[in-house]
Amino acid sequence: MTDLTSFTIAAARDRLAKNEFTALELTDAHLKAMEKAKGLNAFITTTAEVARTRAKASDARLQTGTAGALEGIPIGIKDLFCTEGVQTTAGSHILEGFKPPYESTVSQKLRDAGAVMLGKLNMDEFAMGSSNGTSYFGPVKNPWKARSRPPDSEAGDLVPGGSSGGSAAAVAAHLVLGATGTDTGGSIRQPASFCGIVGVKPTYGRCSRWGIVAFASSLDQAGPMTRTVRDAAIMLKAMCGHDPKDSTSAPLAVPDFEAALGKGVKGLRIGIPKEYRPDGLNADVALLWDAGVQWLKDAGATPVEISLPHTKSALPTYYIVAPAEASSNLARYDGLRFGQRDRTMGNSLDEMYAKTRAAGFGAEVKRRILIGTYVLSAGYYDAYYVKAQKVRALIAKDFTDAFSKVDAILTPTAPTAAFGLHGKQDDPIAMYLNDVFTVPASLAGIPGASVPAGLNNDGLPLGLQVLTKRWDEETMFRVCQVLEDAARFPTLKVAP
Amino acid sequence: MSLDEATIRRIATLARIEVPQAELEATAAKLSGILNWIEQLNEVNTDNVAPMSGGTVSGGTDLTLPWRTDVVTDGDQQEMVLANAPEAHAGFFAVPKVVE
Repeated sequence: MTDLTSFTIAAARDRLAKNEFTALELTDAHLKAMEKAKGLNAFITTTAEVARTRAKASDARLQTGTAGALEGIPIGIKDLFCTEGVQTTAGSHILEGFKPPYESTVSQKLRDAGAVMLGKLNMDEFAMGSSNGTSYFGPVKNPWKARSRPPDSEAGDLVPGGSSGGSAAAVAAHLVLGATGTDTGGSIRQPASFCGIVGVKPTYGRCSRWGIVAFASSLDQAGPMTRTVRDAAIMLKAMCGHDPKDSTSAPLAVPDFEAALGKGVKGLRIGIPKEYRPDGLNADVALLWDAGVQWLKDAGATPVEISLPHTKSALPTYYIVAPAEASSNLARYDGLRFGQRDRTMGNSLDEMYAKTRAAGFGAEVKRRILIGTYVLSAGYYDAYYVKAQKVRALIAKDFTDAFSKVDAILTPTAPTAAFGLHGKQDDPIAMYLNDVFTVPASLAGIPGASVPAGLNNDGLPLGLQVLTKRWDEETMFRVCQVLEDAARFPTLKVAP
Repeated sequence: MSLDEATIRRIATLARIEVPQAELEATAAKLSGILNWIEQLNEVNTDNVAPMSGGTVSGGTDLTLPWRTDVVTDGDQQEMVLANAPEAHAGFFAVPKVVE
């Protein structure tokens, strides 16, 4: 019998409908793969019992013809989504043991569609990181290995990217068919690129943020991480839609993204931004980008050189806006209402807060809260925060101007392939540069996707990023499908 | 801008995060490095640019934030609210003693 972890969501969906196997068999096969791949540390919490109960319920619905769009499909949920009665940590010590009494809108929608949750996926603490190295629950290993590194040694361990590193590793390693991620500055797209999978950040407002632990509310968006473009389209449709509980959630109809996939790119104009080719761009990344342009040209699209003049200001803008919002959002971790409390208590309420937060947050989170507090403090607010909001407006305008000339934009997803897990990672700015190509779209609120497009000369995955204007995920999916078809990317075949 | 130890102490108090004396200098150095890097934004001309304050572009045809009727939509869930509290007594969150 075929290995049940080898299917895509689309293939599993069709075979479940034809009773070729049961949802419980599919779930059990993935639970077994998870057990074998424990060394990847992709999960913070596994929920085998919940999964088997839900898989049996899926089988009942499949038999009675009441199956949802993702009926019986095993998925993982990033540990940033609140899940009813299941520990939700955001990768932080301060939330260890927190069991939400409610379910986030996105994970509820996936449940309603019949998806089966296998567990909660590891991530950078509060989604702040690009290597999964800031997780309190330890780093995640990338299932890919470099040709030049000895595979079974510490030197062979590579990062999966971040912050949705557990999601990316679990999908790439066939532990789940798809996973939720969240993207604030690249946290879906960069790990998707590092792990050779598809990652989609929809338009800001497409997915409800209700029940997702907040990092930077004007940037945070949930999205799917899958092994194929089609699977991402199927999963995104189930995740998005208007939610009155999130005032920034868009009251717009959800398009049938899957229906857009076959439409091709003939006649589309594809923008190639010159600012994304700085001096010293990694040679493999540059070559692959050129190949991507050629594939789209071969499929009938017209490449157009464009300029996004404020690109270089995007990262510093992000590192004012995101920490400012984080310092405000993370004020709720006070040791009183949920999560961890420092038991020495101190002599006052303030001292209890300060000790709890010092013990509960990791170094990078503290750094960002302090920066955010500083840029919002009296005397500095205008010089830093308002200035950043103005530059953000210019960055958004760059894209608006570009989309008056082109239908989509093609760029590399990340400046490099996955790097070593045990190397030195203590320069914050060097780590921030991982998101140099993904942050601008986050600031502008436009949709972006990463498609695995090829391997570098060391055998590691590289992704290409497709950006479109707000609410035009359908064009984004059309371009992604053409890239996927042309790239013939060597996806890892089954669970390791 | 370079932050001195007194500034770090002040921000840490505002943020309610205890930073031990021994870590002040290293924290100041790291944060100063980030702020110096951020200051390249001063080169960008933002005269007459309106700040973008949310994830949606304001004005034009894009979405504006909705209003709803100001009514109670939830409540009476004391047990659920307190279920995750590190300490709860008699239906309340418990805090360290603040009054002698």
